[in-house]
Amino acid sequence: MSDARAWCFGDDVDTDILAPGLYMKGGIESLAAHCLETLDPDFAADLQPGDIIVAGCNFGMGSSREQAVMALNHLNVGAVVAESFARIFFRNAINLALPVVTCAEARSIAPGDRLCLDPARGVLENRTQHRVLACEPIPAHLLVMIADGGLLPHLKKKLKARVA
Amino acid sequence: MTRPAQTLAEKLCARAAGQESVEAGKIVTVSVDLAMIHDSGGPRRVAPMLQELGVSVWDPDRIVLVSDHYVPAVDSGTAEILNFTRKWARENGVTAFHDMQGICHVVLPERGHLKPGLFVVGGDSHSTTGGAFGAFMIGIGATEMAGVLATGEIWIKVPPTVRLEWRGALGPGVVAKDMMLAMCAALGMDVGNYKAIEFGGSAVDALDMEARMTLSNMAAELGGKVGLVAPDENTIEWLSAHGVAVESDWLRWRSDDDSLLEARHVFDADVLMPQVAAPHSPANADDVLSFRGTMFHQAYIGACTGAKLTDLHMAAEVLRGRTISNDVRLLVAPASTRTTAAAAADGTLAILTEAGAIMMPSGCGACAGYGAGVLAEGEVCLSSTARNFKGRMGHPTSQVYLASPYTVAASAVAGKIADPREFLLEIAA
Repeated sequence: MSDARAWCFGDDVDTDILAPGLYMKGGIESLAAHCLETLDPDFAADLQPGDIIVAGCNFGMGSSREQAVMALNHLNVGAVVAESFARIFFRNAINLALPVVTCAEARSIAPGDRLCLDPARGVLENRTQHRVLACEPIPAHLLVMIADGGLLPHLKKKLKARVA
Repeated sequence: MTRPAQTLAEKLCARAAGQESVEAGKIVTVSVDLAMIHDSGGPRRVAPMLQELGVSVWDPDRIVLVSDHYVPAVDSGTAEILNFTRKWARENGVTAFHDMQGICHVVLPERGHLKPGLFVVGGDSHSTTGGAFGAFMIGIGATEMAGVLATGEIWIKVPPTVRLEWRGALGPGVVAKDMMLAMCAALGMDVGNYKAIEFGGSAVDALDMEARMTLSNMAAELGGKVGLVAPDENTIEWLSAHGVAVESDWLRWRSDDDSLLEARHVFDADVLMPQVAAPHSPANADDVLSFRGTMFHQAYIGACTGAKLTDLHMAAEVLRGRTISNDVRLLVAPASTRTTAAAAADGTLAILTEAGAIMMPSGCGACAGYGAGVLAEGEVCLSSTARNFKGRMGHPTSQVYLASPYTVAASAVAGKIADPREFLLEIAA
C-alpha cells in the first residue's frame, strides 16, 4: 500500500461515530456517508481511496455492529492504524479483511502525513516524517484468514475440506 | 498431576474447549452452547452469508432469536426487517423466537435460556450481561455469528482476569449503576479490553440478580470480553424461580482462591455517592453533586441496562405522590413485556404514569437511536442507559448524561439534575 494519506483521530473512537444508529436500518451507502461525521463532517466526502485512519487507543469501542467496519470498507479506507483496538471491532475487521494494525507510536503521525503500510509484515513507513514505525505482527492463525480473504471465504474452504 | 489453580474464565473456557484446563493467552476452538441473535444484526445479515456458504444452521435448538431493535416498526423499512426475521425463524426451525417481547439481554435469562457454566455468543456488545449468571457470554459481529451458526464453533483467546472488588455496603439511593459509572471513571473504557472482568466482594455479593446484570451489562463499557459474577445462592434462587432446573454443580463455577489474576482493583462501597456521567463518555462520571442543577429536556428510563423491574421500582420509589416538572419529559420503556406485566401487577406502572411518565414499547428504542424518543438538534437527555456517545440517541449535536434510575427519576421531578438521596430521605422522614 503506497503513499496513503493519514486521517488522525483521538482515543475511544466509538461505533456510534463510525456507524450512527439513525442510519442503521438503511443500506451501507447512506451509513457510510455519515461515517465519522460527528468528528469530521467532511470525512466521507474528502477521503481518497486507500487513505489510512490513524487513532489512539480503543478504536471501535462500543457496539458489535459490523457496519462500523463495512462503512470503512465501503469508503475504501486502506487500513486503520491505532494504539489499540476494541476487541469486537478488531475481530469484525479481520473477518471482513480490513487491515487493522496496532502501532504503539500511532500518535506520532500527523494529519495528512504520507504513509506506506505493509500489514502482513507489520511495517509502517511515515514518508512525510522519514520514520519507520514498528507495528505488532498479526497472529499467525489470523494471517491465514486474511490470506483467504476474510472469515467467509476461509470457512468455505474449511467446509469444503470437511466434505472432501 | 494436580490441576493448576484457575480463574472462573479459564474454567469456563476449558469446559467449552473440552479440555481439563486452559491458560490465559492460549488460543482455543470452543463449542458454542447457545447463540443469541437479534433483528438488527441477526437474520437480515447472516442469511445471505449462510446461503453463500451453502449451509443451514448447525442446530436450531441452540439458537435464541429476539426481535428488539426495530420494535415496533416505525416505517415500511423496519417492518420489512421484522417480517424477514419472522420468516427466517420459521424456515430455520428456530422455536426460541421472542418477537417483540423485550430486549434480548433481559429476555434471555427471564425465559430460562442461561445458566452457570454455559459458553454463549451473542450478536450484540452488551452480551456480557450473561456473565451475571456465571455463563461465559461474549458479544460478536454478524460475520463471526454466521461462522458460529454454520459450524457451532468459534476460536477464542482465553482471557486473563481483572477482578473488580467492592468492599463495604452501598448507602441508600446508591446502586449498581453508580458502581459501574464510578468504575468507568476510575479505570477508563478499555481496562477490560481482551480481558475477563470478574466482579466480587461483599457489596457485589449483596446485590440482587438484576443489579448484577447491570454490572455485567456495562462490563462492555469497560471493554471487557465477559463480565462475570460467580454464581451463589442468589443465582440459584433466581434461576429456579425462572424455570431453570437447578444443577448440583453450579457453585463450582468460581475462581480458585490462588488463581492468577492480571489485576485487582478494590473499591469502597461505603463512600460511593450517586454518579452522573457527562457527555460523551461513561468515563466522564463524577459525584451527582458536581452536576446538580444541570438542565436537560428529556429523562429516559430504558434499555437492557436501566429498565428492569427493580429499575422501575427505583423510579417509583422516587415518583410516588410526585409529578414530573413541566420543564422536562420522562419516557419509560420497560425492558421486557414481562417487566411491564409485573410492574402493572404490583402497582409500579400506576405510580409512574400518575407522576406524568410517558410509557414506551419494550425495545432498544431511543437508547441506540433506533426507535421512538430520539433527540433533536442540541437537545439534552438524562438517561438510565449504558452509553452516551456522541449522537447515539439522535441528532449529532444532542447530548446524553448517564445516571441510575433513582437519579433520573429525581431529576425529572426537579426539572434539572438532582441528588436522589434528598427525595428518598423525605420519604423516610
